[in-house]
Parts: sequence; structure tokens; C-alpha cells
Amino acid sequence: MRDPGRGGRYGDFGGRFVPESLVPACQELEAGFTSAWADPAFRSRLDGLLCDYVGRPTPVTECGRLSQRLGIRLLLKREDLAHTGSHKINNVLGQALLAERMGKRRLIAETGAGQHGVAAATAAALLGLECLVYMGAVDVERQGLNVFRMELLGAKVQAVHSGSRTLKDAINEALRDWVATVETTHYCIGSVVGPHPYPHIVRELQRVVGDEAREQCRELLGGPDPDIVVACVGGGSNAAGTFAGFVDTSARLVGVEAAGGAALSNGIPGVVHGMRSRFLQDEDGQILEATSISAGLDYPGVGPEHAFLGSIGRAEYPSADDTEVLAAFHLLAETEGIIPALEPAHALAWVVREAGKSIPSGSSVLVTLSGRGDKDVALVQELVQ
Amino acid sequence: MTTDATFARGTLETALRQRRDAGHKLLIPYVTGGLGRDWLEVLRAIADAGADAIEIGIPFSDPVMDGPVIQQASAEALSSGATPSSIIAALAGADAGVPLAVMTYYNIVLRAGHRRMASTLAAAGISAAIVPDLPLEELDGWAEEAAAAGIEAVLLVAPTSPPDRLKALCARSRGFVYGVGVMGVTGERDWLAASALTVARRCKEETDTPVLVGVGISSPEQAREVVAVADGVVVGSALVHRLLQGAGPQGAAAFVAEIRAAIGV
Repeated sequence: MRDPGRGGRYGDFGGRFVPESLVPACQELEAGFTSAWADPAFRSRLDGLLCDYVGRPTPVTECGRLSQRLGIRLLLKREDLAHTGSHKINNVLGQALLAERMGKRRLIAETGAGQHGVAAATAAALLGLECLVYMGAVDVERQGLNVFRMELLGAKVQAVHSGSRTLKDAINEALRDWVATVETTHYCIGSVVGPHPYPHIVRELQRVVGDEAREQCRELLGGPDPDIVVACVGGGSNAAGTFAGFVDTSARLVGVEAAGGAALSNGIPGVVHGMRSRFLQDEDGQILEATSISAGLDYPGVGPEHAFLGSIGRAEYPSADDTEVLAAFHLLAETEGIIPALEPAHALAWVVREAGKSIPSGSSVLVTLSGRGDKDVALVQELVQ
Repeated sequence: MTTDATFARGTLETALRQRRDAGHKLLIPYVTGGLGRDWLEVLRAIADAGADAIEIGIPFSDPVMDGPVIQQASAEALSSGATPSSIIAALAGADAGVPLAVMTYYNIVLRAGHRRMASTLAAAGISAAIVPDLPLEELDGWAEEAAAAGIEAVLLVAPTSPPDRLKALCARSRGFVYGVGVMGVTGERDWLAASALTVARRCKEETDTPVLVGVGISSPEQAREVVAVADGVVVGSALVHRLLQGAGPQGAAAFVAEIRAAIGV
């Protein structure tokens, strides 16, 4: 996964499709990130926080009972054990340090499930920055606990009532805020989406997941890389970070989308949220609503680098439906004592479905468990009862 | 492609230059296409009330440049069944008597295809198109097809545009140069941003193409202040707000006439 260059291109995808008002801000951010990323002092401060504050490296856990049941060797990269309960913290700490370095004292963020919002609120509290999180009104409703968590951390949560009132609309609203406040504000995007340089920045900040996992897998497997590497994909940040560590190996890379938000399977190339990628849209180019049990995957688009990896065949992007996902959620809890978030339960659901089929028996399979399931327990309880 | 008759009115830029060079200040009201059953009557009424040209928004599901008023208008138009094709087809028979420009987001253009969108607009007698989320670096494909079909691609200049970009934007913009008056989304504001005058002055120093300022121009008084520097104004949310409240063609025309009176006939 290479540097996308000045235009931010991943093959036909990516780019920077923003109103003129935001072009200088994106250029400033690009220059700011390039300089920070090359600065050993910045890197060492970030690495220090990832270690002492986040608890990295997160472990890779080999599943005993579930592996036996599926006839494969199942390894989990445990981002659920990172501070705040998901991989989102890796990205926000980097972006918050970058904002501070660029002299921007206000962070805005969008959030779907609330994990990125919680992470952004956490980083803002840690560095003493102001934080405003935009969240679709539907998601505010179904992820109430995360809303309260963000407020506990000192952030303000703004419910978004326009459009489908989910993640897509939260991004729209954050972009509208940013156009008006760009001098003082950093827009801390939570996934590998948006105008260049965001997909690149977020992937680089998340590649710690894949880089760590590659080393850990080699140790566990006694040398070789895993046969298959799997992660869930909404915008695609945990998958991008994971794939970054394995793209130059022979591992089969699999990103699993929610069946109701499968932009890579059912989407058409388009330009939304500043990027050329694949989007669920109608014949006129109006964007359609995604629907999924997991708020974090409720996005009608996908990061441009995933669209690219899919187009060249380096990664494949199947989907899992809500029923399979719930079954996988229960299965991991019951066999391994780990309650996953509904988002990575999509990755597990695909593994459960394909084990012994397109996943040959005996294969080693790494799944990035991008977050823990606490936030989803109430929702699942309702569905069970 | 287009017929000679389509172009007989002349392009938007020719019309605006003639008016400006004759000593008039320019006024382009914005109306969301498909908003209300009488939206074509609104066009004719505001043309009669003193509009030099009219900007018609083709609604998009995710209008990130727009504030609450245009968002609501776009959502209402879409839910009443308006589509890009239905709006463009209606404009072909609008008979407004002034040049028309459409404003839409790039995904709508991309989905139709550059060439098909340009030729459809031209065939409907539309003079120009504004695509605010298509920046200079990505402009070529669309601008070439638009020019080939006789559609003028209007570019936006922002208060944050550095000098070299401003120069390039002014040089490539056709129809007019759209100065963004304030950092932010479209919408009414009860104060005129200093940036509205600054962006107008910077563009005027750079180009002879007519310079109009839009975004945040809400009242006749603000319009008058802006045209002290700019060649004219684009007024959107303030007008659409009135349409959402049921002003109808008459109310819209009355508001446009007020602005016209404020900036001089």
C-alpha cells in the first residue's frame, strides 16, 4: 500500500473533491502530516502514548475451542483491548497530536457507532483540546451509552437530523462545520475516507495494527504469515491498517462489509465526501441509505484504497448479513469468552460461513477484532428477548 | 448537441458583460429546481423582477456546501419526485427570458457522464453550470466536455484561496467568477462578512470577467454593500427561505425587486 502521491490517487479512486474553501486546508494538512510523520520527535511522542496510554501492542490471541470447531487455526488481533475499546484510538491520538502541532485547538469528529467519537473525546481530554462530535440522530438513539461516555470525557455531542440521520449525515455536518471554522479547527476523520490526505493519514496511523500483527503471527505460527487476513469494512480503517501489514505477503486479504451497506459489492463509482470511490446510489447519482445492525458499518461508501484493492483483485470484499453476524457474536462469546463489537462480528461471520469452503481446513486465519462488544450488549439483549 | 437557436440568446458571460459594461450591477437569484409546483413560474416572475440570470439548483442527497435552508429545499424537491432529468427537461420550456445556470454537485454530473450532462444542459438552452465540489485540480474532464457543448463552467473563489490559485481560478472561470463571500456553507447571516468585499476586490484586480459574490448575501442592504466592489451578487438562501415559507412567484418577485432596487436598476 503505497503513498498516494500529491493527488491522493489509488488507481482511479481517491482524490480531493472539496469546495474551493477547503482546498487550502487540505493542502495545509497534507504538508503538516508529511512533516510530522518524518519528525522523530513526533513519532516518538505518538509511540509513547500508544504504549503507555493505549496499552499497545495489543495481543494476538489464538482461539482454542473455536478453531477446533471450525477446523482452522483462528487468530484474533485484539484491538478490543486497546484503551477506549477499539482501534479508533490509534488514529485519533495521531490526529490530535497533529492538530496540536498545527496550532488548532478545536477538534470536530463524526461518529457512527460512537467508538470514534469516544476516542476523539478521549484524545481531546488528554491534550486539553475542545471537542465536538457529530452523530446521526438514529445513532444517538441506538448508542446512548457512548453518547454519555463522550459527554463524561468533556466533549459535546451534536445530533444530526438531516438525511438518513446516520454516519453519512454526520460526515456532511462535520464538513459543513469545518468549512466555517477551518482556521481554528481540525476535522478528525475516523476512517480511511474523505478528501486527500485523510485516507492516507488514517491508514498510516492504523498500520500499527497490521505491522504488530504480522510480527506476532510469525512468532505464533513459527515463521509463515497467516493464509488469510480478515477485517470488517465500513469506511474501512481497521481493515486498511491490518492489510497494510500484509499486502506484500501472499496472504489472502478479505474485507467484510455489512450486507446492507456493501458499497464494494453493490456500489457504483462516484464522488461523495471529497473522494472518488464506490457508493450505493441510484440512477441519478443520489446517495442511498445503508442499513445495518451495526451503526459503525452503516455507510453507503467505502475508503478509496479499498475500492482500488478490490479493483486490482488484491483484496476481496464479501458481505455478511445481520443474522449471520448475530450468530457469530454469540459464538465468539460462548466459545472464547470474548464479546466482540457487532462490526468485527461481520469478519467472524464470514469466517464461520466459509470455514471448510473457501477457507480450506487447517488454514491459519487472522481476524482483526476491531472493538469490544460492550456498546452493543443492550441492542443484542433487545433482539434476543 | 445544440442548435443555433439555443445559442441565439448568447452565453451567460456575454449577457452579463453587456449589462455590466452598460453600467448596471448584476443580480443572479438562486432557486432550487423542483421546489414547489410553481417553481417555473417563480423563475419567470423573478426574471421580470430584475434578475439578469437565474441559478437553478439541481438537488443532491448530500449537499455539503449548503446550510439548512437549501438542504431543506433540496430534500423537499427530491421527496416530491424531482430528478436531474425532470428539472433539466422543465428548464427547456421555462421561457424565463434570461440566461440560466445550473448548480449541482459533482456526483450528479459524474453519474450522468460528463458528455451526456453537458449536451443535455445545452439542448435545454442552459448556459452555464456550477459544480462547487469539483476543484481546479480535477476540473479538466468536465470543463472540456462543457466547453465543447457550449456550457460555461463557473468556478468559485474562496476567501482562503491563495494568490496563485485565485489567479488560476479567475483565468479558467467562464460565465462569471463566483466569489464566495464568507467561509461557511450557504445560508442567511445578519452581518456581511468582511471577506465578501475582500474576495470581490481580489478577483476584480485579477480579471475582467464579471465577478459576482454569493454565500451569505441575505438582504438588500448587504447586496448594496457588496456591489460597491463586486459586479453583482448571487442571492440564494434568503430567497429560498421565502419560497419554503410559501412566498410563491409574487413573493419571490417582490424580494428580488427589493434587491434590484437596492443595487440600482
